[in-house]
Amino acid sequence: MPITVTMPQLSPTMEVGTLARWLVSEGDTVTSGDVLAEIETDKATMEVEAIDDGTVGRILVAEGTENVPVNQAIALILEEGEEALEEEPGSIEAVPLPSGPASGEADSEPEKAVVQDGPGKPASSGRKRAASPLARSMALKAGLSLDDVTGSGPGGRIIKRDIEKALKAGVPATSPAIASAWEEIRVTGMRRVIAERLQEAKQTIPHFYLSLDCDIDRLLEARREINAAGYRVSVNDFIIRALALALRDVPDANVQWGGDVIRRFAHVDLSVAVAVDGGLVTPVIRDAASRSLLDIATAMRDLADRARSGKLMPEEYQGGSFTLSNLGMYGIREFDAVINPPQAGILAVGAGYPRPVARDGALAVATLMSTTLSADHRVVDGATGAALLNAFRNFIESPTSLLL
Amino acid sequence: MAQSRYDLAILGGGPGGYVAAIRAAQLGMSVAVIEREHLGGVCLNWGCIPTKALLRSAEVMRLARHGDAFGLDIDSPRFDIAAVVGRSRKVADRLSQGVRHLLSKHSVTIINDEGQLAGPGTVRVGETLLEAGHIVLATGARPRELPEVKADERVIWTYRKAMVPETMPESVIVIGSGAIGIEFASFYRDMGAGVTVVEVVDRILPSEDEEISAIARKSFEKQGINIHTGSVVQEVTTSQEGATVRIADDAGEEHLLAAERVILAVGIVGNTENLGLEGTGVTVSGGHVAVNRWLETGEEGVFAIGDLAGPPWLAHKASHEGIIAVERIAGLDHVEPLDTGSIPGCTYCHPQIASIGLTEAAARDAGHAVRVGRFPFLGNGKAIAMGDDEGMVKTVFDADTGELLGAHMIGAEVTELIHGFAIARTLETTEAELMATIFPHPTLSEMMGESVLAAYGRALHI
Ligand SMILES: Cc1cc2nc3c(=O)[nH]c(=O)nc-3n(C[C@H](O)[C@H](O)[C@H](O)COP(=O)(O)OP(=O)(O)OC[C@H]3O[C@@H](n4cnc5c(N)ncnc54)[C@H](O)[C@@H]3O)c2cc1C
Repeated sequence: MPITVTMPQLSPTMEVGTLARWLVSEGDTVTSGDVLAEIETDKATMEVEAIDDGTVGRILVAEGTENVPVNQAIALILEEGEEALEEEPGSIEAVPLPSGPASGEADSEPEKAVVQDGPGKPASSGRKRAASPLARSMALKAGLSLDDVTGSGPGGRIIKRDIEKALKAGVPATSPAIASAWEEIRVTGMRRVIAERLQEAKQTIPHFYLSLDCDIDRLLEARREINAAGYRVSVNDFIIRALALALRDVPDANVQWGGDVIRRFAHVDLSVAVAVDGGLVTPVIRDAASRSLLDIATAMRDLADRARSGKLMPEEYQGGSFTLSNLGMYGIREFDAVINPPQAGILAVGAGYPRPVARDGALAVATLMSTTLSADHRVVDGATGAALLNAFRNFIESPTSLLL
Repeated sequence: MAQSRYDLAILGGGPGGYVAAIRAAQLGMSVAVIEREHLGGVCLNWGCIPTKALLRSAEVMRLARHGDAFGLDIDSPRFDIAAVVGRSRKVADRLSQGVRHLLSKHSVTIINDEGQLAGPGTVRVGETLLEAGHIVLATGARPRELPEVKADERVIWTYRKAMVPETMPESVIVIGSGAIGIEFASFYRDMGAGVTVVEVVDRILPSEDEEISAIARKSFEKQGINIHTGSVVQEVTTSQEGATVRIADDAGEEHLLAAERVILAVGIVGNTENLGLEGTGVTVSGGHVAVNRWLETGEEGVFAIGDLAGPPWLAHKASHEGIIAVERIAGLDHVEPLDTGSIPGCTYCHPQIASIGLTEAAARDAGHAVRVGRFPFLGNGKAIAMGDDEGMVKTVFDADTGELLGAHMIGAEVTELIHGFAIARTLETTEAELMATIFPHPTLSEMMGESVLAAYGRALHI
């Protein structure tokens, strides 16, 4: 009797999987432990191993097939001495489909294939339970298996009230070990936007990175004096102003790749990354190069406050020409940032740390702030990037120029 | 009278009663419908249908008046009110005949008379007694009057007179801003009358979402309708020429409003009188017959449905209750009580209003963390092509589960769109399925998809 390899259930909520790749072909000899195939769900990629020795008799589901139901037969392994089967795949496929909990014939077929690192839940039911989307969403959230719920909708469909009833009656959420293994958190709109934009950035923008350390002792001194006079200016405000002036002076870095054209901006509209609950937003300081340090400080405080309370209007966080990301306040020494498309550059700024420097042939201590420029090589070349970073450093290191 | 024993006797042939009759016949019951006036009830004869016919005339009139906006040269369009009303009556008659035909086709006995309960399982019609296994009361409702204001149907009209005017009044005051009041306000305004609406609550269309009420108010005021909210009618005095209405606003100040006619649209009361309810288990409370969720009254074998059994006063609610009651009587499996959260409501004024489910405020009050999507008509190609780009589609979702808690729309043809969300609610779809739905372009329906996307920060066209 050939051994059926079935689509494994990789998580309690998995109902279908994609057969990403076959690592064996029909006729191959396999020994227990050999990897047969790779399975993908929206959450993970897993390998299916052979647990018996034999020959791959037939591959029933082609590579790349999506939405293969859990427990559907995907291949047959012939044990030694068995002849290749001639049946139509269809007739074989029907065999191992186990049934719901009601019919006791759910046999050991699913265990013929083991899943590495899987959560270990025996595949209790492969049949897709009829359930409303809302019921599914609620069950997922509550960690409830639909197998434990009786449907009362049309044709036994599981609907909202059945989940409510099950929860009230205290139907155990899937086995405790699994329930605690992870938690599924719904993706928020902001998270989705961040995910999509940054993935797009890393996949489509040829990033390159330039780093430079800036001595900020004079800047810190200037800030102390200004704040002693009753103003409120942060290091970040100086950085915004310095970056804005540097971009003004090196306009070839204040650009955007447009496929057929390169867009060079007349103004520096600086997006400043602000961490908020559940993600980050980038309010824009408009025309930052023509605004005074104090003006920037006031505007930034207001934008950051409103960003954190979720009160920004779209036009306040859309349409920047360049981004500043400062993780100095978190003690980060240096890092590389991902460009925020469609922009062509982002400056990553770390914290100022006292470090030894050689000055006039002698060792001295200076507060150095590391900065890394990530630039889009389609529009910004190394020399342009270097010019921008140097201009930035000059402004930072001669802070009086920032007060003019 | 063909026989005197039926499985089911139904008092009232409105959308509640006649639909119940057809469903019962489908299930093999012998059925009698006792109707004292017109088959089709208020809905077909004095409600939904004739008002929609009038509003259609008003719409054509409005379009003709703005013909130049479409490149047409229509010289000061005029109307003949007798012909407008005549068309409305013809539409009503045609549908009433249609109901008669439908009932006959299903072998339902139609008795044109008044009926009442006369002991267990018995209905009296004139001198005749009918025996019935079960009885459904579906006698509907009539306009409510205010203690201070009695309709004389000369100067102070109810809907009944307001839909068959002999001449076009120069001005009307509409008391009450529910669906019926607002539809008449819209009709008379479009036909050129000066219109004032008086509402006791602090906003018009008080059962709609607050944002929709606000948009509607702005639009009506732009059309020249005067609106007094938070205002209590103190007194209405009539004369040969018209009426004077004294109102007190929420600041306690009194105002005098004058108009040729007053339309009273402050709700309805159930037709519970002369039904032989005395001495039975049927109880009446607040002008309506009390029922449980299966539409059963306190009297064994007697059901009540539709306007008689309480709000919402909508024809489709009456019909649906009729089906539930009959299937319950037939002992069918899987009969579901009415899901009151999934009854769509429509107002056919200009701009139209349609909604289903919880308003944003009600959803929050019920403890939901909500996600709200809004999409303006301004962003829709079809709306702009139609020259009607005023309005909004608003959707309210439960932030945790993605349940569509409510949908609220104002603008052109939204009454023809709301069913999409009704299906969504009935199927218990979440935002994910709605986002995956392909809406045809260019249609107003695209705004439904966009509103859902907007709730999740993904709207495409704003
Ligand atoms: C102006 C107006 C506009 C409306 N527009 C809409 C709309 O657009 N959409 C909507 O859904 N709803 C609308 N409605 C409401 C809708 O008309 C009612 O909800 C619906 O008619 C209720 O149906 P029903 O069967 O319960 O009662 P009804 O339609 O009132 O029918 C009851 C019937 O019972 C008969 N009857 C009463 N007593 C007896 C008796 N003792 N013996 C025999 N027969 C009796 C009556 O003659 C009547 O025909 C509107 C109402 C009005 C007034």
